[in-house]
Amino acid sequence: MIKPLDLQNFEIDHLLEAIFIRYGYDFRDYARASLERKILNRVKSSKMASISELTAKILYEPELFTLFLKDMSVTVTEMFRDPYVFKHIKHSIFQHLKTYSRVNIWHVGCATGEEAYSMAVFLKEEGLLKRTRIYATDYNNYSLDIAKKGSYPLSKMAHYGDNYTLAEGKHELSDYYHVNQDIVTFDPSLKEHITFANHNLMKDQVFAQMHLILCRNVMIYFNPTLQNKVLTLLRKSLVHRGFLILGDKESLEFTDERNTFEQFAENEHIYRLIAQL
Amino acid sequence: MNTSTASLPSYKSPSHTSHRYKALVIGVSAGGLQALASIIPLLPADFPLPIIIVQHRKMLPYDYLAPYLDELSKLSVISAALHAPILPGYVYIAPSGYHLLVERSETLSLSIDAKVNFSIPSIDVLFESAAICYQEHLIGLILTGANSDGSLGLQSINLSHGLSLVQQPETAEFPAMPLAAIEASQIDYIIPLSEIASFLITLVMSK
Repeated sequence: MIKPLDLQNFEIDHLLEAIFIRYGYDFRDYARASLERKILNRVKSSKMASISELTAKILYEPELFTLFLKDMSVTVTEMFRDPYVFKHIKHSIFQHLKTYSRVNIWHVGCATGEEAYSMAVFLKEEGLLKRTRIYATDYNNYSLDIAKKGSYPLSKMAHYGDNYTLAEGKHELSDYYHVNQDIVTFDPSLKEHITFANHNLMKDQVFAQMHLILCRNVMIYFNPTLQNKVLTLLRKSLVHRGFLILGDKESLEFTDERNTFEQFAENEHIYRLIAQL
Repeated sequence: MNTSTASLPSYKSPSHTSHRYKALVIGVSAGGLQALASIIPLLPADFPLPIIIVQHRKMLPYDYLAPYLDELSKLSVISAALHAPILPGYVYIAPSGYHLLVERSETLSLSIDAKVNFSIPSIDVLFESAAICYQEHLIGLILTGANSDGSLGLQSINLSHGLSLVQQPETAEFPAMPLAAIEASQIDYIIPLSEIASFLITLVMSK
């Protein structure tokens, strides 16, 4: 007889298959443990008896699928996360970007936008913002709506400000936002240079000629098959000698793209496309 | 519930073989450095179970805990890496700022999902995913701490017929976390800190 936990695994396969067929979102190659936890939380909070009940309902209720997508994309992003990475971007990558008259930067999986605004702040300080277009994409419209507003809780600003200082920001982070009660809104001059757009790594194509791509803590959610697929897409989206920045715990080692990039800064997980002959 | 010295938990281990258990997960918070330093270094190099640890701590760009324990221990203590296979001889420590999870394929994965019990990494997240993978072959251990993370995770281990262990609260620098775990479910063994290492060795290494 099948064990309950194996049955649960089968039910998840079934749910992901149903979502793919019905909505075109392919979670089948996602790392399972974190996905399973979120699915179980959804079943519990929607007071359903089983994952199979969720599958049956999600097929007919697009609102429930929207909720599911929201569950899938709750992450703990922050401004200037890993400040030493931003410090390195400012001190070593910007000088390369300055050689271009137009610069494209892509934040892949931007969630609620904190990283894109962080980048805009640093570009402004270094006189690069005017020639730069930042593309910040996510598959989740709910997150993108928050990102487009550029408004965040005031309570988080002390921590973000500390990160900004550690990343060697030139001024005060508070110079870039205004406070209204317990909400801060970032300066519209930053947002002018950011295009927030829906892009789904699971099905959409190469984005544009990017000089720098940040894809941090996105691939931790993928199994090796999907990782390779996405990395190839990112490589094709880069200009000649473009830069790719991965998350603190992600690397190109053991992936299909390990030989197409060189390590630009080991500890910061920054890679650069090798010149093609 | 027993307050045990190093005796075997016979009712959960009918076969009395060391093959019964496949992995040990440990959850620890405030006071953890000292508690871990009085367990991990005492385990022999041929300790047959991989050990996976969540220690609550602030987010830092470097990991002080794994190198510190590794220096003291015969087992290899390393920071848990994405997709790493879980193998005996190793002690895996959750990196700060990430949840650590066990996949059904007995590999590690990381996430930056929302905090659980105000914590990332969270003990519940590790324990619940490990219980799904190892089911009755898992041992869970809760040590010192000032919150209640891990209580639900240890409950999950109990529900899938794994073995639940808690540090005796009187021997904990911060007893709240052991007490919360004891409150939340029927614990198999409550063990003084100084006896945990020998208990584990007897449990999984006696012929």
